[in-house]
Amino acid sequence: MAELTYRGAVSRGIAQEMERDERVLMIGEDIAAAGGVFKTTEGLVEQFGPTRIRDTPISEEAIIGMVMGAAMTGLRPIGEIMFSDFLATCWDIVANQIAKTRYMTDGQVELPLVVFTNNGGGLRFGAQHSQSVENWAMAIPGLKVVAPSSPVDAVGLMAAAVRDPDPVVYFSHKALLATKGEVPDGEIVDELGTAKVLRDGKDATIVALAAMVPRAAEAAERLATEDGINCTVIDVRSLVPLDTRTILESVSRTSRLFTVEENPRLVGWGAEIASLAAEECFWDLDAPIVRITTPHIPLPSAAALEDMAIPSVDRIVETVRKYAR
Amino acid sequence: MTEMQAPPRRDIDRDTRLALYTSLVRLRLFEQRAYDLFMQNLVKGTSHLSLGMEAVAAGFGHAMRSDDYTFATYRGHAHTLVRGADMAATMAELLGRSNGLLGGKGGSMHLTSVEHHAMGSYAIVGAHLPIAAGAAWSAQVRATEQVSVCFFGDGTTNIGAFHEALNMAAVWELPVVFVCENNLYMEYTPIRDVTAVANPAADRAASYGLDSILVDGNDVEAVYELAQDVFAKARAGGGPSLIEAQTYRKGGHSRADAAKYRPPDEVEAWMARDPIDLYRARLLDLGVDDEALRDIEERAQAEVDDATETAKSGAEPDGSTLMTEVWSDGGAAWRN
Repeated sequence: MAELTYRGAVSRGIAQEMERDERVLMIGEDIAAAGGVFKTTEGLVEQFGPTRIRDTPISEEAIIGMVMGAAMTGLRPIGEIMFSDFLATCWDIVANQIAKTRYMTDGQVELPLVVFTNNGGGLRFGAQHSQSVENWAMAIPGLKVVAPSSPVDAVGLMAAAVRDPDPVVYFSHKALLATKGEVPDGEIVDELGTAKVLRDGKDATIVALAAMVPRAAEAAERLATEDGINCTVIDVRSLVPLDTRTILESVSRTSRLFTVEENPRLVGWGAEIASLAAEECFWDLDAPIVRITTPHIPLPSAAALEDMAIPSVDRIVETVRKYAR
Repeated sequence: MTEMQAPPRRDIDRDTRLALYTSLVRLRLFEQRAYDLFMQNLVKGTSHLSLGMEAVAAGFGHAMRSDDYTFATYRGHAHTLVRGADMAATMAELLGRSNGLLGGKGGSMHLTSVEHHAMGSYAIVGAHLPIAAGAAWSAQVRATEQVSVCFFGDGTTNIGAFHEALNMAAVWELPVVFVCENNLYMEYTPIRDVTAVANPAADRAASYGLDSILVDGNDVEAVYELAQDVFAKARAGGGPSLIEAQTYRKGGHSRADAAKYRPPDEVEAWMARDPIDLYRARLLDLGVDDEALRDIEERAQAEVDDATETAKSGAEPDGSTLMTEVWSDGGAAWRN
């Protein structure tokens, strides 16, 4: 057992899989010599050499297209998109090619690949380098989507993503990179499609993802001590496949559902979960389902404004308090 | 039309010549039948035929090793068939039948036969150039000496993915051959009206440190010989090539297009250079007897007729296949 940063965990996950399987390679901008702009691939080129960890030009379509072509011909590549906002520049390859090819070819083409990208706000980078775009990927049939919130999950979900025979978009969160957590020694392999219950409480279910998970956990702690409201906190972790069983069972038990989403309001992942709860847990509900999200705006750069936009611990506490008393 | 230097003629053996002719005729008759089936409303949606452009597919296809990769566009019937895909299954896919290559899920624009290394037909212009480069990267990493061959139209040279893929392939010295089938029209608009250079692919090769290569895309032997050269270079680690094959569509861009925007004298000049007529005449000059050629033509016609009947006899896809093959477990589940 060792304490590891989230960024170190990402790199450990990649290294674990590259050591295990020589078909695993990674390409991206500044990932090799520089170790990644977020230092999530530090030391990998020294360990695995410049063929398996390779710098590319600033060519997102080429990076993701090459990863697709390599995956269909016997490799298990990882392609990095430096900021998830840049997925927009190669979205044709992701949404039209990678997501659809297996179905269009009736299963002839298998695409065991990972699109690794740095997602989310909180670093004052402004509207084009701060978005939470996991719902872009979630909206396209044929893509699996994960977004870990802790170092141990960062390792285990990387392993699961690399080993999965289908394309997985892996959203690392920029605001979590420096956070630390205990990570067991030895090989760690997690499972896609599994949510994690972080705290068990009878009064409300709070569902969160990535950087919103520690905030939801802190809010639940305050609600318990300040208000005597005991919340279940669920880290969704995997948007596709979605562990609806864990989430909906909890909603039925607590009768209240809150989602905490960093994405702008419209069509965030929480809307899908709210819709499922409304359809399948309606008679168990004692209060409206409430989504706590960033407003439907581009993210501002200034600290004071960005902090107002992204759901805070205070906002989660106040919202749950209002509906769960 | 830009003047091209005719490559010195090499000795191509008789069997190869007859195989090239067989492919030309098979592709031509298949596409003509596909056109007829549209007219009978048996093929829905759209379709893009290679009528008049068969020599590019045949010339490159015959120069490939069986494990080389083909990446085609939505105009991909010929490129898929020439790799060995079953003709009846290909026809059935156009008809949307369960016995189609893709079980009816792909259609005319997405023909794929992985067992023949026909790695797909891509219907978003430019997308498959980086994908083909990726297959070449994979071949390079696996040290298999396979070549990845990517066919695309002239219009593709103006989309960003063209530049990204060419640059990456050149920098990484990938064994990929990019083949621009320049039929002079991007869809309905003349390519020269929307492109900064006269030869949309060849004139840009220098940007990537590549040779500028133009070939007469209606001369199947010229294409075949050039393909052998660039494949050998790629297999030897010499990196990518960019070819511009000049050719012409016999018809419109797609099913709905009567191609009335093309000047009659231009059409006439190109129709006089039909790749099959040209090659047939050349084979007769070389002493191949007419009977052998007629035999090839009759067999191809019979094959197309049989394929049509087999395709037509296929059932509509069963509804149970709607929710299959989204994922590798064969299903479509996104939740538990």
